[in-house]
Amino acid sequence: MINDAIIISAVLFAIGVVGVLTRRNAIILFMCVELMLNAVNLSFIAFSKLHGVTGQVFVIMVMTIAAAEAALGLAIVIAVFRHVGSVDLAELKLLRG
Amino acid sequence: MSSLVRFEFYFFGLLAIASALCFVTRKNPVPAALWLVNVMFSLSGLYVMLDAPFVAVIQVLVYAGAIMVVFVFVVMLLNLGRAGELADVRSAASRLGAGAIGIGLAASVLVVLRDKLPDTEFAAASDNVVTPIASALFTDYLVAFEVTSLVLLVAVVGAVVLAKRRVSA
Repeated sequence: MINDAIIISAVLFAIGVVGVLTRRNAIILFMCVELMLNAVNLSFIAFSKLHGVTGQVFVIMVMTIAAAEAALGLAIVIAVFRHVGSVDLAELKLLRG
Repeated sequence: MSSLVRFEFYFFGLLAIASALCFVTRKNPVPAALWLVNVMFSLSGLYVMLDAPFVAVIQVLVYAGAIMVVFVFVVMLLNLGRAGELADVRSAASRLGAGAIGIGLAASVLVVLRDKLPDTEFAAASDNVVTPIASALFTDYLVAFEVTSLVLLVAVVGAVVLAKRRVSA
């Protein structure tokens, strides 16, 4: 059962990585990062079944940081949208020489 | 161990993976966000099966209830709902590379799992679930807990400052 949970977690994390690498919409990118955080949370919970309650405490911490990251990241997306008029990451090439 | 619990575990696991696949293939951000909410509900079901009902409730409240609402709100705010201009998938070569990286990542975890972990039973949830988490959170991890509140404060102030600033165009 823990094996199965870790396998599900690995598949979800891989899907999140593929999403980050293939999409260019900044908001979808953030959602893929959230999916990866959720996959890691699942493996924390699975291992907390073996090693006690510490894993669940870590999951609560991860959720808090994810909430802060979502708020800050989306504020940055809004600021970028004001500057560029788009959230397409391919159009953000101000730093390209 | 009840076979119904086993069935529900695999049901929620497959539902999570299928919803994640639907999520990552949507072009429009709004359906993608709703599929991601579905993933989070399925993971919440898995947490209940894995004997962590408190975290399951927090998952629904915080992730599906708060974080995803912020995502959908920003999508609506930026008026990104029109498909077509959001056909944002990268080129075929990049997609192939990303797929290979994803399969490699998943396979590496599966290889590690060949040394089988000790398997535990599907146990019924104990009736005292919050007290152990609270005692660990407020004794061993008290410093981390307080620093987390500081991080949240900084995030709130930073988000307001970033989103409020007028652009001198």
